[in-house]
Amino acid sequence: MTHRGILARTLVLGAVLAGSTLGAAGIPKDKEAVEHALNRLAYGPKPGDVERVQEMGLSNWIDRQLHPDGIDDSALKARLPEQPERPAQFADQMEARRWGRQSVQALSAEKVVRAVYSERQLEEQLVDFWFNHFNVFAGKGRTSEWIADYERHAIRPHVFGKFRDLLEATAKSPAMLFYLDNWLSADPAAAERQQELQQQRAARLGVANPNRPQPQGQQRRRGLNENYGRELLELHTLGVDGGYTQKDIIEVARAFTGWTIAPQNQKAARQPGVPFGARGRRPQLAPGAVQEGEFRFTPMLHDSGEKIVLGHKIKAGGGIEDGEQVLDIVARHPATAHHIAFELAQRFVSDEPPKALVDRAAKKFRDTDGDLREVVKTIITSDEFFSARGAKVKTPLEFLASAMRATGRDMPGDGRQLLNALMQMGMPLYMCQPPTGYDDTAETWVSAGALVARMNIAQRIAGPQQATSIGGPEFQRR
Amino acid sequence: MTSTRRVFMKSGAAAMLSLGFAPGFLTRAAAAADARKRLLIAVFQRGALDGLNMLVPFGEADYYRLRPSIGIARPGRDNGAVDLDGFFGFHPRMAPLKPLWDKGMLAAIHACGSPDSTRSHFDAQDYMESATPGVKSTRDGWLNRYLQAINSTTPLQGVAVTRQTPRTMQGRAATLAFPGVDEFAVRDTMGSARAIEDSYSRTTDSLLSASAREAFQAMGVLQKATAGSYQPANGADYPRTPFGRALQEIARIAKADVGLEVAFAESTGWDTHVNQGSDNGQLAGRLDDLARGLDALTRDLGDRMADTVILTMSEFGRAASENGNGGTDHGHGNAMMLIGGPVNGGRVHGKWPGLAPEQRFESRDLAVTTDFRDVFAEVVTAHLGADRSALPKIIPGYAKPRPLGIIKT
Repeated sequence: MTHRGILARTLVLGAVLAGSTLGAAGIPKDKEAVEHALNRLAYGPKPGDVERVQEMGLSNWIDRQLHPDGIDDSALKARLPEQPERPAQFADQMEARRWGRQSVQALSAEKVVRAVYSERQLEEQLVDFWFNHFNVFAGKGRTSEWIADYERHAIRPHVFGKFRDLLEATAKSPAMLFYLDNWLSADPAAAERQQELQQQRAARLGVANPNRPQPQGQQRRRGLNENYGRELLELHTLGVDGGYTQKDIIEVARAFTGWTIAPQNQKAARQPGVPFGARGRRPQLAPGAVQEGEFRFTPMLHDSGEKIVLGHKIKAGGGIEDGEQVLDIVARHPATAHHIAFELAQRFVSDEPPKALVDRAAKKFRDTDGDLREVVKTIITSDEFFSARGAKVKTPLEFLASAMRATGRDMPGDGRQLLNALMQMGMPLYMCQPPTGYDDTAETWVSAGALVARMNIAQRIAGPQQATSIGGPEFQRR
Repeated sequence: MTSTRRVFMKSGAAAMLSLGFAPGFLTRAAAAADARKRLLIAVFQRGALDGLNMLVPFGEADYYRLRPSIGIARPGRDNGAVDLDGFFGFHPRMAPLKPLWDKGMLAAIHACGSPDSTRSHFDAQDYMESATPGVKSTRDGWLNRYLQAINSTTPLQGVAVTRQTPRTMQGRAATLAFPGVDEFAVRDTMGSARAIEDSYSRTTDSLLSASAREAFQAMGVLQKATAGSYQPANGADYPRTPFGRALQEIARIAKADVGLEVAFAESTGWDTHVNQGSDNGQLAGRLDDLARGLDALTRDLGDRMADTVILTMSEFGRAASENGNGGTDHGHGNAMMLIGGPVNGGRVHGKWPGLAPEQRFESRDLAVTTDFRDVFAEVVTAHLGADRSALPKIIPGYAKPRPLGIIKT
């Protein structure tokens, strides 16, 4: 078939599938290239995958992976472990914690099942990438209660969308608000005002002892917390060398004061599906207050003074739009385009990705206003991508999922049985403590103890013949 | 006499002497060649230990006012504190450690902690393990940086008896983390262990082959040195708990003489917000595990304790006042302990700030009068023998660690 013939067929097929724009030019067709793509864009090949992808054409396969809505994934649905329903209210903190633990376990099992069995492999890779980029840690206080919701509603819907939308979804998620303490951050003067008001209200209602000790955490809500502001700039957007100052961090933190979690009135009867608030009623929100799910903007805690963020002036008198403006500024900052391009290239190409590729991907980010599908496409259809075979060491999750896929065996149990293996290799899911997420370079994952764990796990999940190859050096790379 | 020393004598020590710089250099080099490895065993109490009930300031009237239901009674009363120096006493369940105090082998530092005021377990553990309070971007831990500074040559120099490499031990220097010696082995469940090992020796992948070589060497050394079932010495009786087992594994590796210098174990369950109890109860149970474990470890190590220091730490202390649930909320200053021959023991070090409202941190917690980095700095220099010039690398961003005198010089 002529080159033009392939191109024509690709275009027709693509148009049928999802309005493809992916040209076949530059995408190699040999078996090694297909294996490489399956190792990078998927969690490794299953028996027969290489032939199947060769049959449909690699560029077609990549194009389908970039438009996962067109991929039938019903077989996966049947395998997904049951997720515990979040109760309308928790009797006490102990129950909330217990539920959080169950939920994280079920979500971890689901993640492994998805990595092994989903047909939308690139989407699973990207959900993992973006969760790790916007990492939250299940072991910090109440974070675990919201992690499943965070992955499903803040991360997953946006991995092929606009960066700005993804950023806002994480900024408003209870998991992130709690993990990076922004829910506690308040204008110090505003916090005092609020306390006064509460005391007045208590006196008016004749409530005894308005100074009773408040639940833990609330007593700490007395000032500015820079934690989120710092990580937003350093990790989520501009990057550590992105050219911001300590002053910028403080200004950003001021803009996000009042971005908090709607209080859960634990004693109030609350119907499922009814937003948080006292006694099952929609809470009476103060003027300027905003509630979206469990996210709440509380004007009382907000510092409405003027802010200067990275040279942009945010006028005094603002409310929730102060934080939203900051998200606009940082999402469109050129350093962000570069930082995101670098990280994606590091994930898909090599630990130290070629500068020319990072620059092209960053330009695509800027030209498309942060269209993540376009940025990913730029990277995974590049020459640099196809010439980086075997350059990456698999993370423990990639190792485990690719080993399961390589065996072609049915997964024992519902995925939970494999979680211990990830812990033994040093990558317990949703349990990465620092906001940096897990590192994605070889030096992190290659160590004496980790290799021994991989050799043992290989023998646990594969037969004698395959155990040797899965436990061996070539299989540790992708 | 070691060959190193002989070489120095032969190769013109007299000439160097005349230049006036030889003696220090000579003795140091000779001592290094002779010395058995000094050992540091770090114990992390995760969850924030209530130092005020472990090391009780019974001489402080405010203590009893703040803790009417959970306070530990004065020495001499029923289930009272074990008197140490007339002002401080051990929780009664810490009694197994009293003989070490009497022998001058156990020291404590009270009101010790972080310059950062965070009351988040997550942040505070991170800061203590990285030894860079307030700085989150630090990737490696302070014990790993110690191993980097001495250019460690085998991963057996740093072993964490934990499932995952703890933050304290993460970093560029090769270390090992496993829950026990027996788990650190390639099982032959499929008869393919040998073939796997061979595939690593054949590969041209230098990164993987180097790590695998390291692993197989360490494994071989450890297996040979720890063959057979382990029998603790001197009647040491470890508690049959995860913590007790971890300490026993450390003793086993230490006694195998495989070059262990830095070991790490952790103890959990210290986050006592509710019903922590007094002389009995939740906290008492945790202290019992701690004290019996450390007692067994020191007995088992026997005369090796002469060059061993055990250092206990926890991310922050708990509020001075008990809360409405018979527990304590997150606080600030805390107590650390050091046990071993090199320790200037039988003393509670550090300045005691008092517990009166105006003496407390943010009027609620025990204040911090000793930065935990001072303790780390003294342990790595005075005990492990790192050069003071290496301190900026091991504890970055801390200009002048204060000498505390907790390690004998």
